[in-house]
Amino acid sequence: MNRRLRDNVASKLMLLATIFSSLIVFIMAFALFQRSSPILATQPLSELFLTSSWHPTKGEFGFYPFIIGTLSVTGLALILAIPICLLSTIYLAEYAPSKVRGTIKPLIDLLAGIPSVVYGLWGVLLVVPLIRYVAPFVGTTTTGYSVLAGGIVLAIMVFPIIISISDEVFRTVAFEVREASFALGATKWQTVKHVVMRKALPGFTGATILGFSRAFGETMAVLMVIGNVAKAPSSLFDPAYSLPALIANNYGEMMSIPLYDSALLFAALILLLVIAVFSILARIVLLKIERRGV
Amino acid sequence: MNKRKLEEAFFKGLMLLSTSIVVGSLLAVFAVVILNGAPALSISMLTQTPKGGYYLGKEGGILNAIIGSLYLASGATALAFLLSLPIALYLNEYAGKSRFASLTRLSLDVLWGIPSIVYGAFAFIIMLYLGARASLLWGIITVTLFVFPIMTRAIDEVVKMSPFKLREASYALGSTRLETALKVLTRQTLPGMLTAVILAFGRAIGDAASVLLTAGYTDSVPRSLFDPVATLPLAVFFQLGTPIPEVQQRAYASGVILLVLVLLLSIASRLSTRKFMKYLIK
Amino acid sequence: MFKPHISIQKLNVHYRERHVLKDITVDIPEKRITAIIGPSGCGKTTLLKSLNRLVDLVDGVKVSGNVLVDDVNIFDDGIDVTEIRKKMGLIAQMPNPLPMSIYDNIAYGPRIHGVKDERKLDQVVEHCLQEAGLWDEVKERLKEPASRLSVGQQQRLCLARALAVEPECLLCDEPTSALDPISAQYIETQLLNLKKDYTILFVTHVLRQARRLADYVIFLYLGELIEHGPAETVFTQPSNPRTKAYIEGVFG
Repeated sequence: MNRRLRDNVASKLMLLATIFSSLIVFIMAFALFQRSSPILATQPLSELFLTSSWHPTKGEFGFYPFIIGTLSVTGLALILAIPICLLSTIYLAEYAPSKVRGTIKPLIDLLAGIPSVVYGLWGVLLVVPLIRYVAPFVGTTTTGYSVLAGGIVLAIMVFPIIISISDEVFRTVAFEVREASFALGATKWQTVKHVVMRKALPGFTGATILGFSRAFGETMAVLMVIGNVAKAPSSLFDPAYSLPALIANNYGEMMSIPLYDSALLFAALILLLVIAVFSILARIVLLKIERRGV
Repeated sequence: MNKRKLEEAFFKGLMLLSTSIVVGSLLAVFAVVILNGAPALSISMLTQTPKGGYYLGKEGGILNAIIGSLYLASGATALAFLLSLPIALYLNEYAGKSRFASLTRLSLDVLWGIPSIVYGAFAFIIMLYLGARASLLWGIITVTLFVFPIMTRAIDEVVKMSPFKLREASYALGSTRLETALKVLTRQTLPGMLTAVILAFGRAIGDAASVLLTAGYTDSVPRSLFDPVATLPLAVFFQLGTPIPEVQQRAYASGVILLVLVLLLSIASRLSTRKFMKYLIK
Repeated sequence: MFKPHISIQKLNVHYRERHVLKDITVDIPEKRITAIIGPSGCGKTTLLKSLNRLVDLVDGVKVSGNVLVDDVNIFDDGIDVTEIRKKMGLIAQMPNPLPMSIYDNIAYGPRIHGVKDERKLDQVVEHCLQEAGLWDEVKERLKEPASRLSVGQQQRLCLARALAVEPECLLCDEPTSALDPISAQYIETQLLNLKKDYTILFVTHVLRQARRLADYVIFLYLGELIEHGPAETVFTQPSNPRTKAYIEGVFG
């Protein structure tokens, strides 16, 4: 009986913990929503998103520059990362001899563990000066703190996510299908291009979506190299300001300016909602593949 | 015929280039951070706290950040484990394939992706509501929230993989679900759990955004849970932009210590997996 | 009587430490059906896959010896493996359609070898599906995914696909073992028809199938070539006692 009791009590406690974990997202969203409501009451959403003047002391909260800033740096990161990750994954999964693969895969995992401040530090020490140096050759000048710097650093940060998930996907494509292609006299590249990729593409897309979420919410590294100027960037070499950076830089003054706290917490809410949607999307895509049985 | 070979050679070249870019980036990060950080390391850097004012202090080192990070990361990892283990075991042993389990896993997926700044913002709201001040305690709470989805997912993956015949054997002997979970499953999944804990510890110690709003910052080592605490990531962030070279050195030193820590943790998790693998039933 | 098409000389295959094929020397007759028989796991599939060099894909494989096709050694250094594989069509035990439409499955082979003319591809697709006995069943739905076909239809699809690259030989690895009796019979009928144009080599562990189809028989046991010869001779008067034992069902 004692054992039964322990089992019962334990299972109730575990259930509690599990329920907590499924509710906490909603609790967080609710809390952020509550604190954002003051600013949501002042203007319709469309105006908040499309106005570009950001002067908290004057009560002006136009989120446009931050939305564009976040989207441009994330978009640039993906444009850089997708081809590099696809080609690297194909190499690692299809071409690399097992010793090479065995050495490189742990290195990529290592990339995943590096804290974002260290990426930021690296960005400040190497990427920013490099861009500052290169800019005159393309006709502009810049301090180096720019969308380009953010994009480059972010791209490197998402490499490990996209590559490790995609690698899994490629490896699960059945050998029989490849064999069929080889038996017809196809080269390895033809087999990869026409047969393997067809089966692996949905999985790669899922991995990319997850990479996008990661990049979208990245705070410190971007903050340290992007320049933090509240104006929508008009070129890659312009500085910009991302939503996460907005929150991180200004939390100290949140309480002293009216509506500022509400605005910043609204930014946090936007982050939560966008990433939640993308995470769910990625899960749906990846689940579909599991079910179809590659 | 040549066209095919040419196309293959071309793409193979691109593939090698891409892989080199990926590996090269890793090497570049390590090289730059170590080259700048290693010279900044010294005994005094590692064993003294900063003297003098906040950003202007010239002497001293980063002991405050080192100890602070260790306190915070250990506390958060331990708390997260206390939360993650029951959830992972419950999902696998009790909830099985129910809709509840799927919904929970979905929530955990979403939580996994939420950036740490959002956790920081949420914790900040709670702190305001409770009238609490930034401290080690709140830092631990925030990082626990941030890290437990990562740990839960990792442990869940490992427990999911244990062969059913193991549980069958345990039940056949008349064990309760709790006993099976605690005595059989955990032993089987020990290496995986260790890896999960190490992974979480790495994330906990390296994160800045979650502690930015909640743990405060200080030049001294915290003496209680209610003192503000310095962490290595914040030490980098706050001290990097200074014009004073001595302070900047502290930022570099913090950076290189973080990097080396991550490297060591990664090696540790691989070694532990290998060491415990022999006890596993396939 | 039997003109050799493929000449296998002292072929040895090792999978890491395992010596899977030992000193195989035999000639495969042209435009006849040759059956490779023997108990499971004796290297029959390995022998088949050596002939189109698919064994090259196995991790840690070592191959020595010569295989001459049309007087050219397929293991020579300068040889283009993809050309060899074009000459040797392979039909696997489990049907393995490519993840594409029925049409594209057949057209895949010609396309990768450079055929771009859509009209020519249409002709090839129709011709091969007819030779495989599948045309009437799929002619209205060529653009549908191949995965929607039944297992028996898929195997005929694989046969058509193999024919599309205009091979000289057909290598069949237990082509009917995964099929229902009616589909199996269909494939067997097609193979009998095809032997006038192709050299056919098939692996089977069903002796009755070998008796039905084979002109020439090769008996493999534990990686060794025990006996080979015209089907009549091997089945009625085997010279090796082990062959006799296998045929009488003592083992395997």
